Amino acid sequence: MLTDVKDDPAPPPPLLRVDDLHVRFRVRGRDVHAVNGLSYTLDEGETLAILGESGSGKSVAAQAVMGILDVPPARVERGSVRLRGEELLGLPERRRRAYRGDRISMIFQDALTALNPVLTVGDQLREMYRVHRGLGRREARDRAVELMERVRIPSAAKRLGDYPHQFSGGMRQRIMIAMALALEPDVLIADEPTTALDVTVQAQIMRLLAGLQDELRMGMVLITHDLGVVAGVADRIVVMYAGTVAEQAPARELYARPAHPYTRGLLASVPRLDRRGAPLVPIKGTPPNPAVLPPGCPFQPRCPRAEAVCAAEKPPLTAVAPGHDAACHFAEEVHRARPE
Amino acid sequence: MTIKEPDAGPPGAEPEPGPGPGDATGAAGTSAAAVAAAGGEIGRASLWHDAWRDLRRRWVFWGSAAILAVVAVMAALPRLFTAKDVNQGCDPNAAKLGPSGDHWFGTDLAGCDYYAHVVHGARPTLLIGVAVTLFALAIALVFGLLAGYYGGLLDALIARLTDVFFGLPFVLGATVILVAFPSHGVWAMTLVLVLLGWTTMIRIMRGQVIAVRDADYVQAARLLGASDGRIMARHILPNAIAPVIVVATLNVGNVIVGEATLDFLGVGLQYPEVSWGLQLNQAKDSFIDHPHLLVFPAVFLSATVLSFLMLGDAARDALDPKLR
Amino acid sequence: MWRYVLRRLLQAVPVFIGTTLLIYVMVFALPGDPIQALAGDKPVPDNVLQTLRDRYNLNDPLLVQYAKYMWGLAQGDLGENYTGQSVSEMLSGRWSVTAQLAVTAWIFELAIGIALGTWAGLRRGRLADTLVLGGTTLVIAVPVFVLGYTAQLLFGLHWRIFPTAGTDEGWPMSYLLPGIVLGSLGLSYVARLTRTSLSENLRADYVRTANAKGLSRARVVGRHALRNSLIPVVTYLGVDFGNLMGGAVVTEGIFNLPGIGQQVFQSIQLKEGPVVVGAVTVLVLIFLLVNLVVDLLYGVLDPRIRYE
Repeated sequence: MLTDVKDDPAPPPPLLRVDDLHVRFRVRGRDVHAVNGLSYTLDEGETLAILGESGSGKSVAAQAVMGILDVPPARVERGSVRLRGEELLGLPERRRRAYRGDRISMIFQDALTALNPVLTVGDQLREMYRVHRGLGRREARDRAVELMERVRIPSAAKRLGDYPHQFSGGMRQRIMIAMALALEPDVLIADEPTTALDVTVQAQIMRLLAGLQDELRMGMVLITHDLGVVAGVADRIVVMYAGTVAEQAPARELYARPAHPYTRGLLASVPRLDRRGAPLVPIKGTPPNPAVLPPGCPFQPRCPRAEAVCAAEKPPLTAVAPGHDAACHFAEEVHRARPE
Repeated sequence: MTIKEPDAGPPGAEPEPGPGPGDATGAAGTSAAAVAAAGGEIGRASLWHDAWRDLRRRWVFWGSAAILAVVAVMAALPRLFTAKDVNQGCDPNAAKLGPSGDHWFGTDLAGCDYYAHVVHGARPTLLIGVAVTLFALAIALVFGLLAGYYGGLLDALIARLTDVFFGLPFVLGATVILVAFPSHGVWAMTLVLVLLGWTTMIRIMRGQVIAVRDADYVQAARLLGASDGRIMARHILPNAIAPVIVVATLNVGNVIVGEATLDFLGVGLQYPEVSWGLQLNQAKDSFIDHPHLLVFPAVFLSATVLSFLMLGDAARDALDPKLR
Repeated sequence: MWRYVLRRLLQAVPVFIGTTLLIYVMVFALPGDPIQALAGDKPVPDNVLQTLRDRYNLNDPLLVQYAKYMWGLAQGDLGENYTGQSVSEMLSGRWSVTAQLAVTAWIFELAIGIALGTWAGLRRGRLADTLVLGGTTLVIAVPVFVLGYTAQLLFGLHWRIFPTAGTDEGWPMSYLLPGIVLGSLGLSYVARLTRTSLSENLRADYVRTANAKGLSRARVVGRHALRNSLIPVVTYLGVDFGNLMGGAVVTEGIFNLPGIGQQVFQSIQLKEGPVVVGAVTVLVLIFLLVNLVVDLLYGVLDPRIRYE
């Protein structure tokens, strides 16, 4: 084994690698560019947060990675999604389907609508084992009970026959999580997993997710618009704006020294305990309409330090420090400046 | 045959919130946001404006509108289409003739010109269809608005009454009532059909009003001291009316079919009235040998009904932003 | 579940009473002599009219009349015609014909309607969808009796595929053509309802979840989307039964099937008002009962209703 590594100097491929992903919608004869060249990597056991406002394309990108976009109107134009080096885009649907839920799985924001209202939760959990593993009725049931215990649903065996609407919001989200983790996937994509929940329940769910992630050594892509959710759990953060990466960096580094005016604006617009008394500054303007993106830097119309070049040229993603990239013509300066 | 809208819930059941389409997040959310941005403000005025712009582009809309315009003129001014009266110049020796240059649609059992018959049949048919729907619509708007807005005892009363009338299927109910009044004209017929036909629209109206009643802009109007009447007229009615209008359009077609069925059974309009339904009734014993007696009124009737149905469908599509 | 059943049963009581009272008031309690009115311009001997007035207790106060009438109904007494023949006897041999016709029509509209609706719903906006929408609109626009005569002429007389009329060949052969004609309207509504409901449900969040679980398309559609989509279709079946009963009057008349509907059809022509009223009242009562059953079935299918 050791000699093998010497012979082949290339490092093993990352768990998940997304490269230059483009997704387009056709809505009433218009093209809407929802994702424009998104790239990121995810390693085993790592938590990558994808941060962005609504409409930034973060959910669409996640669904493209899962392969569950509605085609049409959506279309993955180009790019690549590789799971342990294996290209997923262009894989025959049958193969792709076998990976879904088994090796990559996903949890959604609102478990009330994301769970089927007319099937019992037991039915919906068992389905994973029956379809992917071909288990019999009884065995699938036992596994479903174990699963519900694992996400700490009290008296699991009794509640197997209940319907989603009979559970509280937090319990429903636990069922959603249980379903996604049933087959111990390598990658979990969590799309706003706590947004629909009360704040106290949010913390419980995040703790549960983090615990299970450690246990299963999964990579997790956490999609959120909430800086507060990200802070405690993310190893690295990708900030998305208008369907593309604005900045990516290790979590601490991003909070300490943002290199993109957008990130800087986001941080200044939320209250922080370590900067009590500092005024909150909202970002001016509204996110751009993905149907009519401005030329040049998409953030330029709202950017406090935009110059002529920003309206003309789209800034490339450039490194300001190891593992820290930003797509801004003035990334270096923004990065150097002390956060105010 | 029916004026019951299939979407209506079971009698006695409140409209249940079905599992809605999930467009709050993700793909649909993005496209909805894009549409909202592209289509301008989402508001009442723009809903009707958008719907009209959408309708204008559909050939179905123009086709149906053209057919209905012709039928409406035929009903209002039959003289434009034929110089003959209904039973003018009949020749019993020339009965049941097929179409010819003299008689475009042939002649009927008594040797009268069938084309004149068909032209004159438009008025009662269209009149009953439109009048029944307008009266039923008026009842539905007024009482649906009051029931939905005030709730409580009034609402309960109206809801139970609706259930009772909903328990009478259209054709059966009309048959049993009309049999008890053998001599009825167009207006008595209209009255009976209104009696059986108001339930669907009032249920939809009430549901719409309840959905709109607690909207923020209605609360705001209330806080600003607007009277109940003003709130209902200015804020609730315009926002609740669209689906009811769609159902009303479809309803005209359904009433026309229902009326024709009653004429056919022999409990509807009676000779010497003239209507497409009656012509079909009179054709039933001899249509095998003289199919033109069945074909002409049937084609006119079906084309009219089809136009109302397609108009309603087009309006529904145009008014439903979810489908765009 | 039992609370749901109980509540629905309780709600059905005022509807039963209200609907029958409505029929009764419209037929017997409005100004004028209802017995003479029911005969129309047909000459009826005075002594017969008098017997019938007594028979329907027209000299009692309205509510007493109604109570006596309902009591009679409950015992299977549907009144008499002008010659003193009992209406329930006239109908006694006819139930099985109507039941067979209704079942044939129901099977037809459910099987074909759901299949067509699913086909169109999965291909929304494409050719299949347009065909189904256009075809069903056309069927709704053509009155049942026109459809019936046309079918009889073409399939019965012209091509001789089905018997033209009567029940000589028994079930199913004699009932196929009338069943298809009778079920065609319901089929159109079932197909349209399934289509709309399915294409909406296909965009629902839980369908996206089912896709994310890695289920096959057949399973996502069949087990998840379609199951939810059929809930409104089931509710419609109750309403539809009223149309079926009304349509049965027309269809049995055209195809000469000796059922309840044909009796009504013929009695209207013969101006036998009391027979029409008695028979139609029974049909309305059956409609209400079927609706109640469908209502309860709805609770079984949709757990959210059951536990509210």
